[in-house]
Amino acid sequence: MPGLAAQIERYSVVIAIGDVAVRLNTIDADFLQLLHKRYAGFVSAEAQAEFDFDVELLPSTFRSPDVDLSVTLRSGRWVLDRGDFFAEWEPVARRGIIRQTANPYSIDAVLRIMHTLVLAKQGGFLLHSASAIRNGKAFLFAGVSGAGKTTISRLAPMDATLLTDEISYVRKRDKDKDYVAFGTPFTGELAKLGENCSAPVAALFLLAQGAENRIEPVAAAEAGRGLLANMLFFAEDQELVHWAFKAACDFVDRVPVYRLTFVPDARVWELIT
Amino acid sequence: MSKKLYVARCPRIAARKLGEETLVMAAQGSTLFTLNPTATILWQAADGVTALGDIVERHICSEFEVNLEEAIRDAEAMAQDLARHGILVISEEPIASRNSPAQEQRR
Repeated sequence: MPGLAAQIERYSVVIAIGDVAVRLNTIDADFLQLLHKRYAGFVSAEAQAEFDFDVELLPSTFRSPDVDLSVTLRSGRWVLDRGDFFAEWEPVARRGIIRQTANPYSIDAVLRIMHTLVLAKQGGFLLHSASAIRNGKAFLFAGVSGAGKTTISRLAPMDATLLTDEISYVRKRDKDKDYVAFGTPFTGELAKLGENCSAPVAALFLLAQGAENRIEPVAAAEAGRGLLANMLFFAEDQELVHWAFKAACDFVDRVPVYRLTFVPDARVWELIT
Repeated sequence: MSKKLYVARCPRIAARKLGEETLVMAAQGSTLFTLNPTATILWQAADGVTALGDIVERHICSEFEVNLEEAIRDAEAMAQDLARHGILVISEEPIASRNSPAQEQRR
């Protein structure tokens, strides 16, 4: 009987970060536009995606944004809950739902969490660090807020390609066991999306600001501590904690880690080649 | 020292020797500990069936020039400290093997 049932249009966008493609489905054309704008440069033309999420938009009176994040595994399903969103995701089925208001911050948080969960078992991780490619090699600059991630990004020379000023994406390449850093759309103070490209990781620098530019090697255990302190990690799941710990230890076994003390001027990049 | 003590690594602990030190992470709370070289020796030898005194004699006194009794006292204090943090179990009896071997790798 025509006229009794209206067909609801469904829109999709595939966002590929770190070569992991996630399809987001919505019935809201304005939200689709928002996603295209927010993840410009990371929107994939490929129809195929590893993971599928239906995004259900809720009224602005959703819940208090002050509710703390919890990430738990319940009956084989990840449940991500924070004041501004609720998401469920079945890793086996590779499908999930996200309930949130129409804003880019909630979906950003869900994507970051989802990627940390995916990467953990593969030996990869997201890291609070700026990263850039120079001479075909990726360099990571890790540190807490105020350590200098934005500053080192802002000082990057023309021949450096900025991958991110805030959250680096590191994957282990199975073939030769080395690590690759990818660009991310996760921005910090610079508010500039990283370039969507990748390169093998040549070094991790633990940032410190000081009176002179200096690079010093870091002992293995200190390197591990420094890396773990800056890794994004959300779940209290025992198995996942072990995977994340192993990922960090494997990384510092393989990649040189240094302390980079620097004064905020462009000459610091003379040390990074 | 009156009684023999036995020490075993706690299950649900992730550990890795990096250089001369060992990083240990408890799954609960994701708490990270760093064991110094001496604690690392103790940790590696804590199989639950070798008495702490024997571990000290075999692995610590042979490595460092220390008096055995003094070294055992220090090791007991260290083991108590690790036990308080939930990463080592101490018993006056041998501890049944219920641990999966800690991940260890030399750098």
